[in-house]
Amino acid sequence: MKNQQTLPDENGYYGSFGGRYIPETLMPALEELQAEYLRIRDDPEFHKELDSYLSNYVGRPSPLTFTRRLSAACGGARIFLKREDLNHTGAHKINNTLGQILLAKKMGKKRIIAETGAGQHGVATATVAALFGFECVIYMGEEDIQRQGLNVFRMQLLGASVLPVKAGSRTLKDAMNEALRDWVSNVENTYYLIGSAAGPHPYPMMVRDFQKIIGEETKRQLNEQLGCKPDLIIACVGGGSNSIGIFYPFLEDPEVKLVGVEAAGLGLKSGLHAATLSCGKPGVLHGSLSYVLQDEEGQIKEAHSISAGLDYPGVGPEHSYLKQTGRVEYVSVTDEEALESFLLLCRTEGIMPALESSHALAWAVKTAPKLSTEQVIVVNLSGRGDKDVETVHKIMGKDN
Amino acid sequence: MKSMKSNRITEKFQELKASGKKGLITYMTAGDPNLETNIEIASIMESAGADLIEIGIPFSDPVADGPSIQQASIRSLSKGITMLQIIETIGKIRQRVKVPLIIMTYYNPILQYGLEKFVVDAVLAGVDGIIVPDLPFEECGQLFDFTDSAGLCLIQLVAPTTTDGRMEKIFSRSRGFIYCVSVTGITGIRNEINTDLRSLTARISKYTTLPIAIGFGIGGPLQAGMVAHYCDAVVVGSALVDTIAYAKDSQTMLIQVNSLIKDIKTALS
Repeated sequence: MKNQQTLPDENGYYGSFGGRYIPETLMPALEELQAEYLRIRDDPEFHKELDSYLSNYVGRPSPLTFTRRLSAACGGARIFLKREDLNHTGAHKINNTLGQILLAKKMGKKRIIAETGAGQHGVATATVAALFGFECVIYMGEEDIQRQGLNVFRMQLLGASVLPVKAGSRTLKDAMNEALRDWVSNVENTYYLIGSAAGPHPYPMMVRDFQKIIGEETKRQLNEQLGCKPDLIIACVGGGSNSIGIFYPFLEDPEVKLVGVEAAGLGLKSGLHAATLSCGKPGVLHGSLSYVLQDEEGQIKEAHSISAGLDYPGVGPEHSYLKQTGRVEYVSVTDEEALESFLLLCRTEGIMPALESSHALAWAVKTAPKLSTEQVIVVNLSGRGDKDVETVHKIMGKDN
Repeated sequence: MKSMKSNRITEKFQELKASGKKGLITYMTAGDPNLETNIEIASIMESAGADLIEIGIPFSDPVADGPSIQQASIRSLSKGITMLQIIETIGKIRQRVKVPLIIMTYYNPILQYGLEKFVVDAVLAGVDGIIVPDLPFEECGQLFDFTDSAGLCLIQLVAPTTTDGRMEKIFSRSRGFIYCVSVTGITGIRNEINTDLRSLTARISKYTTLPIAIGFGIGGPLQAGMVAHYCDAVVVGSALVDTIAYAKDSQTMLIQVNSLIKDIKTALS
């Protein structure tokens, strides 16, 4: 199993997935980025600076919390939460934006662009751009702007310009198209800070490397608290950054079962979902070859999820590879199930999870009763739910 | 590697060179306004003086394209047009025109159709070359295997950002002509092209003897005339797409396409 951690190969492939499917204009920039990243990856000075920000600015390590009342309510396995919701800006996204902005600074870029779905990556990017004094432009689909109004204002407060994207489904996919077009046009002075473990090589590798701290801490913390490894790790998968972050350090531990949870939206049969690995097939979108939701003609389909962060018809190439090898099992959870778990966690633990993370939680709630009380489940609580209060209010408002 | 069969693209550039003329490559998106009209447009393009015709196969997420071609793609896709119907239409266009035909599309639609099947069907329909803007040289391997043996030119793009090292590598397997992207950016009409085209095309010519076509951003006769100093052919895309989109009826549209191409040809001569 150890050999899974040597990927990608020099061309950015994880088995048959990955690569660089991008206009020639950007190829020299990707080559430069890759060379620069490989230089800093093992540079102790770079890591010293990054670690210092992660401790003193983000607040790492994030806690690993045992859920006494939730576990009791489910009956069965003990459920732990990896508390990425407690990071500065309220999600795991800042682990990666800090790493990449330090890289952008080293490369002498002046302007940062990013795409965002739920707004969490946009906020995390605007935050580090403010911290280091970069000009910052965030592309966001109009549909998402409506769903996540508070995050838009948050980004603006942090000094970023949020540009609405009116094309296509007006969600994350289209925001990424527009960010790529901006990058093609301004590649000389602009750094494109991708937040998902997707996009052309070396992005999926970089994002994973900057997010793997989630899994490394989890391993250490559980060992300290219980002296064991988890039996099961569950994380939600949109583009796949929080899940690859917690999975990656455990790929070498075959006894640890890894489950990625996709958004089933209104149900897989309804066609209104974002379950790319469950229902898609291999194709090329946003710079890499990976599973994609598409029609027979290779046109990309629109995804649907209650959670803007999972509403994406693609997925990072390493997840496609991990599905193919069977190391990770990919399942899906509906909008309704995610919402139930959102409420359950609020009321049993006093923790309000992001709707994205609620998908992972829902799978834990389903699975825990089938396991013994000796067994341990870790759920990656990738973000907090404050940003989703409006969405939840709209759905529940009439009943409560 | 098999050597390329004789190809209409190569012959066309030889003919242009012999007569000391600059070529004009014109573009339209298949299915916009509809497939039947595409056949009429191709005929008009040829009779007005187009030397090569580029036909875009629409993709839902065209990251190399500006608003004009994005919108043309959406208009076409909203009618549910399939790859098979487009290839059939190109076959009908081939019966009407003699100029080389080039398909422009993104990688996913041809990947899903099947790379080998796509190459075979395209050649049967009378296609001479393909351009895939999201397929850089490094990812062309599988497609090259089919295009080279079928005599289809997989046209390579170079941009102002392309280094000399990359040019040398890219041109080692280039066929037909080199598509030189005039600007660091996406397709669409621009008021000014600020790239130093003289030095860019001089760099290209250091590594290849293939003809050079310059595209992206050329909106009309004036720009075409200026750009033509540095290359063998110019590509006009978005300006024609807009003409096709905004004419009040199809008769007017054909007249306008005809006169735009004639004006550009005049500027090139």
